[in-house]
Amino acid sequence: MSLLQLLARSIGAVCVGGLLISCGNADTHRQVTVVGWGGSSQEAHRQAYWTAFARETGIAVKEDVWHGGIGVLRTKVRGGASGWDVVQVEAQELLLGCEEGLFERLDWQSLGGRAAYIPPAVSDCGVGSMVWSELFAYDGNRFQQGPRSWADFWDVRRFPGKRGMRRTPTYTLEFALLADGVPPEQVYAVLRTPAGIDRAFRKLDELKPDILWWTTVSQVPDLLASGEVAMSVTSPGRLVVLNHREGRNFRIVWDGNIHSVDFWAILSNSTHKAESRALLRYMKTPVHEMRLPEFIPTGLSNKASIAGLAPELKRDTPSNPDNLRHSVELDAAFWVENLEPLSQRFNAWLAQ
Amino acid sequence: MSRNTLTAGLLLGPLVLLLLGNFLAPIALLLTHAVEDREVAAAWPRTAAALREWDGRTLPSEAIAADFARELADSLQAGTFAAAVNRLNYDSAGWRTLLARTATALPLPQGATLQALGRIDPRWTQRESWLALKAAAGPYTASYLLSAVDLRRSSGGGLERVAPNQAVFVNAFGRTFGISMVVTLGCVLLGYPVAYVLAGLPSRVANILLIFVVLPMWTSVLVRTTAWMVLLQSHGVINDLLIRLGVVSHPVELIYNRTGVYIAMIHVLLPYTVLPLYGLMRGLAPVSVQAALSLGATPLRTFWEIYLPQTLPGITAGALIVFILSLGYYITPALIGGPADQMVSSFIAFYTNQSLDWGRAAALSLALLLATGVCVALYGRIAGARETVLR
Repeated sequence: MSLLQLLARSIGAVCVGGLLISCGNADTHRQVTVVGWGGSSQEAHRQAYWTAFARETGIAVKEDVWHGGIGVLRTKVRGGASGWDVVQVEAQELLLGCEEGLFERLDWQSLGGRAAYIPPAVSDCGVGSMVWSELFAYDGNRFQQGPRSWADFWDVRRFPGKRGMRRTPTYTLEFALLADGVPPEQVYAVLRTPAGIDRAFRKLDELKPDILWWTTVSQVPDLLASGEVAMSVTSPGRLVVLNHREGRNFRIVWDGNIHSVDFWAILSNSTHKAESRALLRYMKTPVHEMRLPEFIPTGLSNKASIAGLAPELKRDTPSNPDNLRHSVELDAAFWVENLEPLSQRFNAWLAQ
Repeated sequence: MSRNTLTAGLLLGPLVLLLLGNFLAPIALLLTHAVEDREVAAAWPRTAAALREWDGRTLPSEAIAADFARELADSLQAGTFAAAVNRLNYDSAGWRTLLARTATALPLPQGATLQALGRIDPRWTQRESWLALKAAAGPYTASYLLSAVDLRRSSGGGLERVAPNQAVFVNAFGRTFGISMVVTLGCVLLGYPVAYVLAGLPSRVANILLIFVVLPMWTSVLVRTTAWMVLLQSHGVINDLLIRLGVVSHPVELIYNRTGVYIAMIHVLLPYTVLPLYGLMRGLAPVSVQAALSLGATPLRTFWEIYLPQTLPGITAGALIVFILSLGYYITPALIGGPADQMVSSFIAFYTNQSLDWGRAAALSLALLLATGVCVALYGRIAGARETVLR
């Protein structure tokens, strides 16, 4: 029922949009500039949403690409007309930008109400665009009985070989605590104490000689396939795609994954706010949102779309309830506050 | 002033303006971030001014507390709050929570006294919190520059080393200069013979071969670096070949360590030594060498006493370019190096793009710039002195 209502509402919005074109000033070109992460993600969003949105509403969709960083947004907003309207941001950027007034407050009523979404995807300034996770994976052809938990990841005797990890303290410290037996819901409570941070570094000491540190996630499929590492921290997307397209046998371990949400936000100095809101409504309508996992194995934020997803698509998405069961939600506030001192300590530790 | 000089000056004008506007001014502007400290004073001007006067021996006066509470609330409206919070949080994590908690509790019903602030968070009744605020009250600070060399102010006012688990930069500077020197040496040793061979060939052949030297420069550094990853990894082309030939039985670790960084960086930077050397060698008249040989000098002695000194300016130029370029490298070490091979520029990039602590990024840049300047000056003196002696 609510799905139908949403559908009706979004169709209504589209009709109003269409009407405005025909009635409004023919000179004012209706358009919106949407800024995404580039690459396959941008491609997927274009195929799932933007092309159809432009066709159905007559609002031209212009695209730009960025790679994150709150500084970029500050410059865009404070530097005057930026040409950017809707931007995909990470949880940390959303938190900071919302505090600093870089984003428009959202009208949640028009998005179907806050309750229609999974809780981490709801914020005053943004609505979840994708749910993603950080976890570990291995090549299924290498282990008969593969590792199943972070404790196994740390167990180089039972599972010999190097371990790939992202060269940042973010995720790494959390994983170390999970391997040390801290339950997911207590990870950040432990990390907020000095003793907890020491505990994480002590656990990392154990594995340090066997860790190969990578910097961009695109390195992971090669590291795994070449046998350079036996297992590696990764985001699952690329591996899932390779399994489907090239018949690889990468196995993803969902136990103890860290999940987080990327958001759509409207810049507060956008000159196309009405069109931006229409685009958000369009993308978050379940029938539309459900198209995205066909192009990229990412998690969704609208409960109705998560429930309605075909099982074979659902299995490998981070928002699948099974995958969220033993999972840590990334604490953006913790990392905004502690990234600097922990990075410094992490770098000093690495160089030792 | 003669007309010619005037015309020459006018013709140079655009270039000078371009350099000033696009190069010197932005760098100077960026570097001022290394000592500027205005965020807190911009958000809470009266508090900052009062704290600068405060002696710090006892808790600050109630007037300061009241001013602070009022200005804290105002800064939320004015949008200056976030910048000040970020600034304080760089000094010690915890300020974000403290200030956010305090700001949401305002205004205080019984007036903003120290005690009332202390009820929101006990840290407001501790002298250390106010001292930290005072330290950030600006308008200038040495703390960024100090932290770039792993120092900080002690509570007594003197200098002290930061805790060992936070000390990264002195090591990083040492590493950066060490790697750059090895890379420079490698480039000169490998580039010199290449340039010599090219210079001795007929120019039609030499031009074709020169394309092979220059071609890699037209390829993105990222692509070349990635190509090295394919070659060097433990099941990569080189290791497979070595194992198949029976040279080694286990893969040699060529990547994710210093060896890989040297190999890839030398390859990427090699053209910068080959080109100046080639240009110089091509222009040398062969008469001096022929004279030395005909007068009975051995080939080795001819090379050592005649040819090498004549090509020294080319070596100097090539080495200097490579050295300066390698000081700023970070993509190659990031992808091919291990965790103990990261250079200063990777830290600058981190503070600029990720943690947005531009003060620290600017301080590290300034330190790198100064150290580079000193090296170049020393090098110029030594190389210049040698040249005069040899002439």
